[in-house]
Amino acid sequence: MGVKDRLFPIGGTALILNILKYIVVIIVAVVPLIPIWTMILWLAVQSFSGKVILGIIPSDFTFKNWRFLWSPMKMGLKEYPNIWPITLNTLFLALGVTGLVVFISTLGGYALSRMEFKGRVGLMQFIIALHAFPSIILLIALFVILNHLGLYGKGIMTLVGIVLIKAGLEIPMATWIIKGFFDAIPWDLEWAALVDGCTRWKAWRTVILPLVLPGIGAISIFSFLSGWSEFLLVFTYVKDEAYYTLPVLIYHMIGEYKFIDWGMLAALGLFYAIPTIIFFSTSQKLLLRIYVGGIKR
Amino acid sequence: MVKVTLDNVSKFFGKVKAVVDLNLKIGDGEFIALLGPSGCGKTTTLLMVAGIYKPTKGRILFDDRDVTRLPPRDRNVGMVFQSYALYPHMTVYDNIAFPLRLKKVPKNEIDRKVRQVAKLLRIEELLNRKPSQLSGGQQQRVALGRALVKEPDVLLLDEPLSNLDAKLRVIMRAELKKLQKELKVTTIYVTHDQVEAMSMADKIAVMNAGRLQQYAEPSELYNRPANLFVAGFIGSPPMNFVEGSVKEVNGEYYFDSAHFNLKLSSEIGELISSKTSEVIMGFRPEDARIIKEEQPNTIQGKVYVVEPLGKDIIVNVKVGEILVKILTRPGIEIMPGQDIWLKLNMNKIHFFEKQSGKVII
Repeated sequence: MGVKDRLFPIGGTALILNILKYIVVIIVAVVPLIPIWTMILWLAVQSFSGKVILGIIPSDFTFKNWRFLWSPMKMGLKEYPNIWPITLNTLFLALGVTGLVVFISTLGGYALSRMEFKGRVGLMQFIIALHAFPSIILLIALFVILNHLGLYGKGIMTLVGIVLIKAGLEIPMATWIIKGFFDAIPWDLEWAALVDGCTRWKAWRTVILPLVLPGIGAISIFSFLSGWSEFLLVFTYVKDEAYYTLPVLIYHMIGEYKFIDWGMLAALGLFYAIPTIIFFSTSQKLLLRIYVGGIKR
Repeated sequence: MVKVTLDNVSKFFGKVKAVVDLNLKIGDGEFIALLGPSGCGKTTTLLMVAGIYKPTKGRILFDDRDVTRLPPRDRNVGMVFQSYALYPHMTVYDNIAFPLRLKKVPKNEIDRKVRQVAKLLRIEELLNRKPSQLSGGQQQRVALGRALVKEPDVLLLDEPLSNLDAKLRVIMRAELKKLQKELKVTTIYVTHDQVEAMSMADKIAVMNAGRLQQYAEPSELYNRPANLFVAGFIGSPPMNFVEGSVKEVNGEYYFDSAHFNLKLSSEIGELISSKTSEVIMGFRPEDARIIKEEQPNTIQGKVYVVEPLGKDIIVNVKVGEILVKILTRPGIEIMPGQDIWLKLNMNKIHFFEKQSGKVII
């Protein structure tokens, strides 16, 4: 038997091995997805069902569960005209975080990647170390700071404070990610821009920045989603229901009142997940690239 | 167009001395090559002329203007990088127009110049493509176009041909040379390929380990190398070297190596022995003739292997312990293992000091 025969068994053995291979792949990769997809499917089906269902077969089709889109909704003593003010609060938080994170981390990432300064490596290690601490341990200290800044209990300004905090927590990792994208750009390109007549700032803006757009896209998505789903900070610092965000609203729908409207909760859950679904379905390639790292050229 | 002067320029990166005390004068419209093995400091030198690196010591002058501290954008240099460094997100047109846009040249003027350069480099039909849709040769032309469009005072080329295939490289060599002569732009060309340097440049600066070894015209470098490094680096196949000493016996001078004696003319003998006795003799592969019978003042050897190249043959000859390469025309029957004698062209042999490697004659 030659080497080739041993490496590529022919006939019956090969077939069995191939089947085995697929069985293993299915068990490892596909089976765990089944319950997750079933749950999401239930959410979708339940949101259009008039009765509580314990499966994925719809019953009593209705749009009633989605009434929060156009009619007032009550939560305890507070009544909202509809869901949109809360959605706007959430968007404000998410977009605010995204804007700050993108602006600061693209500048910071460039500096870490390209500029020589004392303590550069130490700073980078420190950034990674920062990420090891959960934000919950900062809650009390941050409360004191917010209070001092006059941002606590000041309506929309409290949300601004939360944007600052959340962006602060997101920036280190985003900077680290975008630094990898800057690293992948050869020095030659930047030098060429300098020789062609750019200042360093202009070279960054016209040549370097367009090349890290995939990275900027990736950190925008991550920071948007983390702002969109932020619960703890809003829950802790925002006392005025008018400035609640969607995660806190959903929490209150479940947590504090004995009667739970399952249909509406399902619809609300689905509504809340829409940006996530949009982002992940439109930017799959981008996200794959950042997990693999760098720019393909 | 300007004269470029490097005045005692050094560049250190921490403890690494990339370039040490470099002095170069490049005439107006001259085409010079910086030649040397990788890591010899030639690209560092180029980047200092471009203004990317600031010299640790020394001055760089364009004509009489000191540009040492000027940023690249104020020097009016054009540069082609080894990787071409085309902007991947811009079309060929935008790549070439980029330097002009930065200079705020009017739009119709930009368009005219871009098309003019594109015509010169024969890339007119590529103007709407992205760099990723171009072949290596086309990318190289675009990079050249981007460097030329702003009518630079100095054109800097960093191994521009090294990413092309062998055939295209030979074609582009001639084209580049012709273009440079037409435009009369002062040009510094970095390469590790001595054939490129020899065939294109008016003058060549040979560098090694950050130091200038010799700065001269190609024929001068070839015929009168200043030291062992230049002698060994220029020429293919390289010069043969034999260690030995020069001795005087009864008023006659001999070069004495471990395996043969060679009688030298008295002028050469006196000149060498007035300086040193331990020397290295060098002769080029084409400066020795293979003969089949012993004659006076020849070197005995044994054929080791024969490399036919078509037009020429390289015969590797074992002389004692060392191997020398002899370039000869096809026609003579030579078999490996055969005993032969080498007759050197005594006017063309070189002697170097063994200690310093400096040329004696």
